[in-house]
Amino acid sequence: MLDYDFMRHAFAAATIVAVVSGLVGYFLVLRGQTFAGHALAHVGFTGATGAVLIGIPPLWGLVLLTVAAGVGMGFLGERIGERDVAIGIVLAFSLGLGLLFLHFFTAYATQVTALLFGNVLGVDVATLWTMLGLGVLCLAGLGVIARPLLFASLQPELAEAKGVSLRLVSVLFLAAVALATAECAQIVGVLLVFTLMVGPAAAAQQLATRLGSGLLLSVALAIAEAWLGIALAYWTDWPTSFWITALSAGAYLAASRKARGSAPRPRQGPSSLHPLT
Amino acid sequence: MQAILFDDVTLVLAGRTVLADVTFAIGDSEFVGVLGPNGAGKTTLMRAVLGLVAPERGRIRVLDRPVAAGNARIGYMPQSRSAVAGLRLSGGDFVAGAAGGHRWGLPVPSAADRQEVQWALAMVGATELAKRPLAQTSGGERQRLLLAQALLGRPRLLLLDEPLISLDPHHQREVVELVRRLQQELGIAVLFSAHEINPLLGVLDRVLYLGNGQAAIGRVDEVITGPVLSRLYGTAIDVVQLNGRIFVMSGDYDMEHDEHRHDHGHA
Ligand SMILES: Nc1ncnc2c1ncn2[C@@H]1O[C@H](COP(=O)(O)OP(=O)(O)O)[C@@H](O)[C@H]1O
Ligand SMILES: [Mg+2]
Repeated sequence: MLDYDFMRHAFAAATIVAVVSGLVGYFLVLRGQTFAGHALAHVGFTGATGAVLIGIPPLWGLVLLTVAAGVGMGFLGERIGERDVAIGIVLAFSLGLGLLFLHFFTAYATQVTALLFGNVLGVDVATLWTMLGLGVLCLAGLGVIARPLLFASLQPELAEAKGVSLRLVSVLFLAAVALATAECAQIVGVLLVFTLMVGPAAAAQQLATRLGSGLLLSVALAIAEAWLGIALAYWTDWPTSFWITALSAGAYLAASRKARGSAPRPRQGPSSLHPLT
Repeated sequence: MQAILFDDVTLVLAGRTVLADVTFAIGDSEFVGVLGPNGAGKTTLMRAVLGLVAPERGRIRVLDRPVAAGNARIGYMPQSRSAVAGLRLSGGDFVAGAAGGHRWGLPVPSAADRQEVQWALAMVGATELAKRPLAQTSGGERQRLLLAQALLGRPRLLLLDEPLISLDPHHQREVVELVRRLQQELGIAVLFSAHEINPLLGVLDRVLYLGNGQAAIGRVDEVITGPVLSRLYGTAIDVVQLNGRIFVMSGDYDMEHDEHRHDHGHA
């Protein structure tokens, strides 16, 4: 399987994306901002198709527009992640706009499919280097803000009182999310960014009780899901993105079951009214 | 030394005057209850002390200095905290997230941070429960973790915003007694807001009662009286004492109880 260049590139790209999205996703889930990540990915579709239309590489259009949208969201307010309707409408409109751009470009359906659902087997060396650069930038930014970000995520009012600028942290974090989203879209496409950004992180938070182990587990799960997804696609010839979404859903469900199983039983449940004996 | 000085302070939020020309001073080792109906301005007052709400008029001094944001000598327990209740993160890591959390960089606590967290957990008797996930702690236990978080950095002034909300009377009493013990052991000033006076009876040095944009400060028996509360509520109030408990009545309506019956856990 690793005899082929495109497979080696696929595994390398998947590793970069998994590390970035596992770490960024952990904070995204902790902050309850997963919908914002989803929305950014959709805006990325507009960026990518718009870029094709004006003749620059789609990845750059994706990056530019998601980062702009992320920063905008951060400035607009802390709680925008909860404005479901507004985000939902903007998100649908971005897809529509992207579709319009494609209409003008009269693109092939395969390009649309690649943008929407990813094309990990089509990553070339140049894209790989770009992804590595963006990934390092994203994680360096995250490394700088991680401490106040954690504080602001767990205890926003207290963090604010201790001198943390919630808005600045939010803007910088959403910029990092935007970069991670653009990376992620290379592997699983804009529609399925959730599967690598949110799935592993949410599963890890169901299982780990320590911050460090939670972050590591999130990355490990993301890598495992991405690698296994590519390998399964190679053996079955089914789409990689399908396998990654399936593994992500499976891991999350298993983690939730385990977390629920280890929770203390309620002292007085309805079952206590019906003793077994 | 004075913990807090409000000198003719007017606080305005979004064009609405929350407190108008309020003056009071709180000593450096006083335990003061902040009372008043919903929307009276308890939270806003604390945010003003933290430097997060700038006064429209007047002067605020905190620990003998002009009020300033990001004051490390103030400990704060904010009111809305329901979001963390479902996390599987351990209580200890939750508390540690606030230790030096304003500094840039990776969230790796320094040796000094870790020591500080251990000290704060020990002060509130939460060393053991800090190992459990937050999702497996009770409301009272979570309150102790939040209190530990507020103690990080050894503050000289502690602002506790409605720590009793959604606790049953037994746990309410536990929290009140814990705060009183901390306040006396550490010799610090505490502002403790609540929407009912009874759980705090017998431990407060003084009470700061807010209502109608005004404030009254003094001992419980000086402030919780018909004439003072009638002025603060803007309606005729009777104060009834029964079995060592105090009821603030408007006609046959219990102002402190009925008002809050439906909003437990509400921010
Ligand atoms: N961010 C805000 N913008 C505008 N008005 C606010 C804001 N927060 C609170 N208020 C108003 O200020 C008043 C005081 O609120 P608050 O200090 O939260 O009262 P309390 O804590 O005593 O319940 C209320 O009338 C409330 O509606
Ligand atoms: Mg309040």
